[in-house]
Amino acid sequence: MKIIYERPKTLEKVVNHYCPGCHHGILHALIAEVLDEMNMADKTVGVAPVGCAVLAYNYLDIDWIEAPHGRAVAVATGIKLAHPDILVFTYQGDGDAASIGLAETLYGAIRGINVTTFMYNNAIYGMTGGQMAPTTLLGMKTTTSPYGRDPRREGYPVKMAETIALQDGAAFSVRSALFNPKAITETKNHIRHAFELQMNGEGFTFLEVVGTCPTNWGMTPVEASEFAKNEMVKTFPLGIKKDVKRSEAR
Amino acid sequence: MSEQALKVVIDEELCKQCELCVAICPMHVLRISSKINSKGFHPAELFDNDKCISCGFCAMTCPERAIAVYKPEVEKA
Repeated sequence: MKIIYERPKTLEKVVNHYCPGCHHGILHALIAEVLDEMNMADKTVGVAPVGCAVLAYNYLDIDWIEAPHGRAVAVATGIKLAHPDILVFTYQGDGDAASIGLAETLYGAIRGINVTTFMYNNAIYGMTGGQMAPTTLLGMKTTTSPYGRDPRREGYPVKMAETIALQDGAAFSVRSALFNPKAITETKNHIRHAFELQMNGEGFTFLEVVGTCPTNWGMTPVEASEFAKNEMVKTFPLGIKKDVKRSEAR
Repeated sequence: MSEQALKVVIDEELCKQCELCVAICPMHVLRISSKINSKGFHPAELFDNDKCISCGFCAMTCPERAIAVYKPEVEKA
């Protein structure tokens, strides 16, 4: 029999620290698959964030650097300026990229830095124990919004993919998801497209990936995937928000 | 043709019993086994090899990438 799916070579064979059913693992594996396909694992530097993905450098067999909280794009800017010919990406959560690091992320897009940013959006602060994040949905209960998020008190969810798409320096901005095989395949295509745009020097590429947090949402992994599919996408509509090569996308 | 008999091979030590593969399987041929791995999880298992269509959905959905999928080679007429 012929093997059609196996563990990507770039993905280290270790048990990751994520909770059972967390979509972080899927996104790691997709990045590893794309790097394998492009044969770029030796010429890639990742920038790890602070958050659940802080130990991402244990899982992908590439070069990594750990950035201070929120400053992943700033660190990536330095790497890219020193080594313009290598692939540089940052892997961040919503608390890292959209909250404390909003200035860095936004100015990465405004200056048009040639790096790729992954923002894993699970609408909650996972590592610290389920506090309200800027991306928390309206009405969603967290440990710091126990009556549900009320826009008069806590404001509205931040929409990063659209915000980045407004900036002239951004080459590609997309919001995708990981809740079923179709969404996973699309996300993989977007990752490959973003990496190719970066290597062509087109500008800042941004992928907001809608994921889950079964532990802090208080759901089973299957319920959490259904919640992402049915509820998250209402506030965070999926799709390409900006693409300098629109006709070549997908 | 190799000696590989099962279409879905699950690394039981990597599995964390999230059941995403069981839920996504279009042919319903996966289930949670009664075995226990070293982390205390019950790993998923394939219980009907004949019905499996080797679509690879379980492998794509697995957050641990603990699943390898094999497809029988079809002889061309």
